[in-house]
Amino acid sequence: MSDTTMTRREWLLTDRPQSRLQARLGRAYVTWRRFTANRLAAIGLGIILLLLFVAAFAPLLAPHSPYIGDLKNARLLPASSTYWLGTDDQGRDILSRLIYGSRLTLQVIVLVAIIAAPIGLLVGTAAGYAGGWIDAVLMRITDIFLAFPKLVLALAFVAALGPGIENAIIAIALTSWPPYARIARAETLTVRNSDYIAAVKLMGASPMRIVLRHIMPLCISSLIVRVTLDMAGIILTAAGLGFLGLGAQPPLPEWGAMIASGRRFILDQWWVAAAPGAAILIVSLGFNLLGDGLRDALDTRSGGQ
Amino acid sequence: MSTADTQTPARRADRRASATLKAIASFVVIVATTYLGLLAVTFFIGRVVPIDPVLAIVGDRAPAHVVERTREEMGFNLPYYQQFYLYVKGVLSGDFGTSVLTTNPVMADIRRVFPATMELATVGTIIGAALGIPLGVLAAVKRGSLADQIVRIIGLIGYSVPIFWLGLLALLVFYARLGWTAGPGRIDVVFEYTFTPITGFYLLDAVLNRDWAAFKDIFAHIILPASLLGYFSLAYISRMTRSFMLNELSQEYIVAARAKGLSERRIIWGHALRNAAVPLVTVIALSYAGLLEGSVLTETVFAWPGLGLYITNSLQNADMNAVLGGTIVIGSVFIALNLLSDLLYRLLDPRTRIR
Repeated sequence: MSDTTMTRREWLLTDRPQSRLQARLGRAYVTWRRFTANRLAAIGLGIILLLLFVAAFAPLLAPHSPYIGDLKNARLLPASSTYWLGTDDQGRDILSRLIYGSRLTLQVIVLVAIIAAPIGLLVGTAAGYAGGWIDAVLMRITDIFLAFPKLVLALAFVAALGPGIENAIIAIALTSWPPYARIARAETLTVRNSDYIAAVKLMGASPMRIVLRHIMPLCISSLIVRVTLDMAGIILTAAGLGFLGLGAQPPLPEWGAMIASGRRFILDQWWVAAAPGAAILIVSLGFNLLGDGLRDALDTRSGGQ
Repeated sequence: MSTADTQTPARRADRRASATLKAIASFVVIVATTYLGLLAVTFFIGRVVPIDPVLAIVGDRAPAHVVERTREEMGFNLPYYQQFYLYVKGVLSGDFGTSVLTTNPVMADIRRVFPATMELATVGTIIGAALGIPLGVLAAVKRGSLADQIVRIIGLIGYSVPIFWLGLLALLVFYARLGWTAGPGRIDVVFEYTFTPITGFYLLDAVLNRDWAAFKDIFAHIILPASLLGYFSLAYISRMTRSFMLNELSQEYIVAARAKGLSERRIIWGHALRNAAVPLVTVIALSYAGLLEGSVLTETVFAWPGLGLYITNSLQNADMNAVLGGTIVIGSVFIALNLLSDLLYRLLDPRTRIR
């Protein structure tokens, strides 16, 4: 920032950054510009931020209790000024239940991502860096899991472990790591023979250190894109398990389970089942839009600036 | 293959044969390990169930020696690898155990319900491909236009909507409110005694019986769940068609065809789509597999008496033999379609053939 006539934009986009920080900020700025140029992706980001906001401030935003309803006066009411989205068969405000349910949705996707992504990352980088028979065995296992029907397998897992949101999370995580392993392996293969790895090796770094410190960080960005794209699928699987009575148990306001309980009233009080389904649709659409946008923005191979 | 030109034709044929053998061998290994992996997972699931399978049979008040004897008869005292061996042997000979719920062998139950699922997934795939391919072509040809955006949104919603919810709404609108289609189930009770299933695929059976009244009723029942599944395969197929077509349209042979003065219609449908057809076959096979899986939720909503409903009913009654049997069958078909699409790709695309 020696030249004071430089605008902030020029400083960010300069060819000759003065410091590492400037280079990084410039890079981030370009990515951000490319991302926001995509209107649909920005909408997706907006939906996800809204979800985070609603989940964080659920007790302040919810007008009624999500668990205790007015059984005497407020059963199965249509939308009104008191109950914006109507009430369910227990006289509970549907909007309040949806607001609290966002916490469960967030819990599921965050936990599945935290469990599944590192498993995939570890398997993929280990296979890619080690090569040989370790690679062959690990990738065979990955391909075997990749060839399984995910939902049906998750169903069988939950049936064995017992219904509940924790078991649903474990089951979904156990079936969703293979694509991450594939991606991590592909990224590892592209960098394992590069000069900087050879340099690190010459400096005496152990294979463990090379994989953890020098290969894994490079896999992160493509992994994030893939995880974001998978979030919608995770939400849908969790909702499907909830719908079948295998996910979150009542009275938890899980969206899939709410659809299941509204199913009995679909012909007359359709809003009981319609509202939570719309919430699922909006959130998973948000993740799909965001994932698409991220993929385009982070894909540095298709043109640098 | 640069050295191949200098070799005698006999040696070249020899090498080609050995390469083919190698490919077949690796394919067999892939099939075998994948299938064994599936069985290992279902075996593992069956063993971690908190319900003791021995106590489930003899009851929890049985004396200790009876429990012990039954345990030995069922082979639960053996080491795990022997149990697994017996399990694989049983499954391969079609023995999935007995369903607690129906008291039939699970295999017999599955054989009875599976055609219903196949029929639904087949009609769904036909709908998905018939609409998805033209939409994908349209989006690719008019890239960046409003039509492209609309196709993209249709696809994205297909990826994002919970199938069971859309099914409920479809039932509400098209059955309850508009009365355009029939309600849940496969066929009206009126036909229960007059209609005789032959193949288990009711649409086909009605044609074989020349029972047009039944055909109409069956069609009215299948159209809603099949359209729903069709929408999901449409989302996938149209997206893939678009990207394959964009790839083909940027090739030089398209420029050559234009230079020759071929009509745009001929170039798109006759040349580009024909070359995109090979990967498309793979995509359609995969979407068919996806629909088989998606049928679990759809069948529950539409009370469609197929494998998906069978699995969910068994789940609710902790009938693990039936659940795992259904899982193995869907898993096997899924694996088979995955591998088949791989094989088809190699057969149809001369470029991937072993030279």
